[in-house]
Amino acid sequence: MNDKHKIIAGLILFVAIVTVPIWLNMGKAAPVPEPVLSAQAKAAKECVRETAYMKVEHMQLLDEWRDAVVREGKRVYVNSSGKEFNMSLSNTCLDCHSNKAEFCDRCHTYASADPYCWDCHIDNPKEKE
Amino acid sequence: MERSRREFLKIAGISAVGLGTAPAVKVFAAEVLGQPEMRLGKDALMAKHWGLVIDTRKLKTSEDIKPMVQACHKIHNVPELGNKNHEIKWIWEEAYHNAFPTMENKYLDERVENTPFPVLCNHCENPPCVRVCPTKATFKREDGIVEMDFHRCIGCRFCMAACPYGSRSFNFRDPRPFIAETNKKFPTRMKGVVEKCNFCEERLAVGQMPACVEASNGALIFGDLEDPHSKIREVLKENFTIRRKQTLGTGPSVYYIV
Repeated sequence: MNDKHKIIAGLILFVAIVTVPIWLNMGKAAPVPEPVLSAQAKAAKECVRETAYMKVEHMQLLDEWRDAVVREGKRVYVNSSGKEFNMSLSNTCLDCHSNKAEFCDRCHTYASADPYCWDCHIDNPKEKE
Repeated sequence: MERSRREFLKIAGISAVGLGTAPAVKVFAAEVLGQPEMRLGKDALMAKHWGLVIDTRKLKTSEDIKPMVQACHKIHNVPELGNKNHEIKWIWEEAYHNAFPTMENKYLDERVENTPFPVLCNHCENPPCVRVCPTKATFKREDGIVEMDFHRCIGCRFCMAACPYGSRSFNFRDPRPFIAETNKKFPTRMKGVVEKCNFCEERLAVGQMPACVEASNGALIFGDLEDPHSKIREVLKENFTIRRKQTLGTGPSVYYIV
């Protein structure tokens, strides 16, 4: 037990070094980004489903849409209030939410989510020439 | 107010049942009151077995085929890669002896010899590409169209090895920079994905004929092979037709009038 002091000092140093990232980043959390609605989306008031659902479940919805369109050839989505939508990411979602950078990317970047939808789907049907 | 133990237990029991069934009742109510629904478009063209007849008597030169190829490749964002090894094609032109190697004769009549044959995916009844696909990215729809789910394609290229018609192309490079004019309504593909003709299922879904058929000036007849009164069956009844490599047993849905 002669090295008691050395060991304790070493442990303290070790813990301090390991937790450096926590100390350095304390209180510096990036603010939660607010997605910006395009004028068209604002005017429409409600999305395909209610906003709370869309915020949490839009990826599940898109997944269901993809299977329905590709596998079953069903292309029309009728929501609970009876409104019809063409199930298409580029032609329906991004037609209304035409500001992908401010609407999609902001939260995806914040959440470090990197969906590869736009490797194939045209990201901005209107904006680009 | 005094309550007997028996009375208390009764009320407690009823309350417990009520609380327990509330979520179930809610689910049922939601199902009765307009759950979202997915359905076919009202203009969608339906068939039991889509097929195509190509009347090669109406096709004299490459100039007659070009509009079909261009129409198809333009709306489906098919890239124009300079390198022949990287070429992507959905519909293209082939000489008789390449399109029908099993039916080649030593002496061929001059017209057939010189006629360009448009070839594309045959949407086989018994598609070998579907059998070999390890991810079910390629599948056969109920209406006979052999379709691809690009999302699921892992680029293993088994389907390309299996297809006896060379109907499939692989994206060796990112195709986006090579698309002259992008059709915003249709997705592009990405590097590492196989692609092929889809019989314009996205157009059939909104009540339009395939793009090549529209651009063919009547040389291509598209319709339901299972419907004995359809135009395609009438054409098949009146003309002798051949199919590509049918001895292989794939059962192509594309017929050629020679």
